Amino acid sequence: MDTVAGHQRAEGQQHPIAIYLWIWALLFVFSTFSYLIDYFHLHGYLRWSLIITFMLLKAGLIVAIFMHMAWERLALKFAILVPPLVLLILIGLMAVEGDYTFLTRLAAFLR
Amino acid sequence: MAENALTTTGESAPAGLPGVVADWSGDKQAFPVPWGKAMMWIFLLSDTFIFTCFLTSYMNVRISTTVPWPNPSEVFSLNIGGTRIPLILIAIMTMVLITSSGTMAMAVNFGYRRHRANTTALMLITAAFGATFVGMQAFEWTKLIREGVRPWGNPLGAPQFGSTFFMITGFHGLHVSAGVVYLTVVALRVWRGFYDRKGSYETVEITGLYWHFVDLVWVFIFAFFYLW
Repeated sequence: MDTVAGHQRAEGQQHPIAIYLWIWALLFVFSTFSYLIDYFHLHGYLRWSLIITFMLLKAGLIVAIFMHMAWERLALKFAILVPPLVLLILIGLMAVEGDYTFLTRLAAFLR
Repeated sequence: MAENALTTTGESAPAGLPGVVADWSGDKQAFPVPWGKAMMWIFLLSDTFIFTCFLTSYMNVRISTTVPWPNPSEVFSLNIGGTRIPLILIAIMTMVLITSSGTMAMAVNFGYRRHRANTTALMLITAAFGATFVGMQAFEWTKLIREGVRPWGNPLGAPQFGSTFFMITGFHGLHVSAGVVYLTVVALRVWRGFYDRKGSYETVEITGLYWHFVDLVWVFIFAFFYLW
């Protein structure tokens, strides 16, 4: 049984300082790697997959540890983290739409 | 389990999926967190949608333009000591924002330990890093405007570059600026002992949520606008 929830409500989110320092250091490392992707002119799928990987790692660490989401109740996690998933549909639709606009423009300009 | 669903203390609330059911069906407050924290999370959720709409529109215009997109690596490079270093200003800005996020996390931690002086100092340091970030962004904007980048066009390539750049970084910069004010106000309240009298430092954590979100958005802007 999760008795942590009641404890947290009284005392707030208390965690050892070491965990913040570790996450802090990791964020620096991942940011440096992100920058090095550009510095070494990686390109194509390798570049894009590395950018996305480091981006998600950093975002995950910030939300989970710095914003304390890892220690919240599952009900709050669901309420905050699930709704943004519908944005993936928007992104997908707009990517298709952008492609269509691009092809339409090419067809119009080449005529 | 029926007993657990009816408890209001949260002391024996079940974890995991049964916990979700219990929290929502218990005829009680669904989220056992301070209301300010729940509201901040919901505000940040709405902000997530706004920033995603901006980044999605940026993706859309970048895909659909027939003019070559300016290379961010070159556009945002700086001449330091005679050598051209790609994207260096943005890298420094990223580090400044991450540093500020770290000091903010420490401030929240010290707040819950009731270290008034440490919390105030760390929050003011966070605000100072935030102000530094906005200053560097102003420098970046000035540089690009001098080079002829405008929201309606630029000499480097696709005109959509200017409009999306000013809109996305401008809106993020506005968030950082608002955060600096927010942090300063709360820091001064911490210093005056307002939260000691109130008996809770949760406002510091709520302020921290906002600040970490600003850093979070920058992670996505950095990846999609500057690195892509």
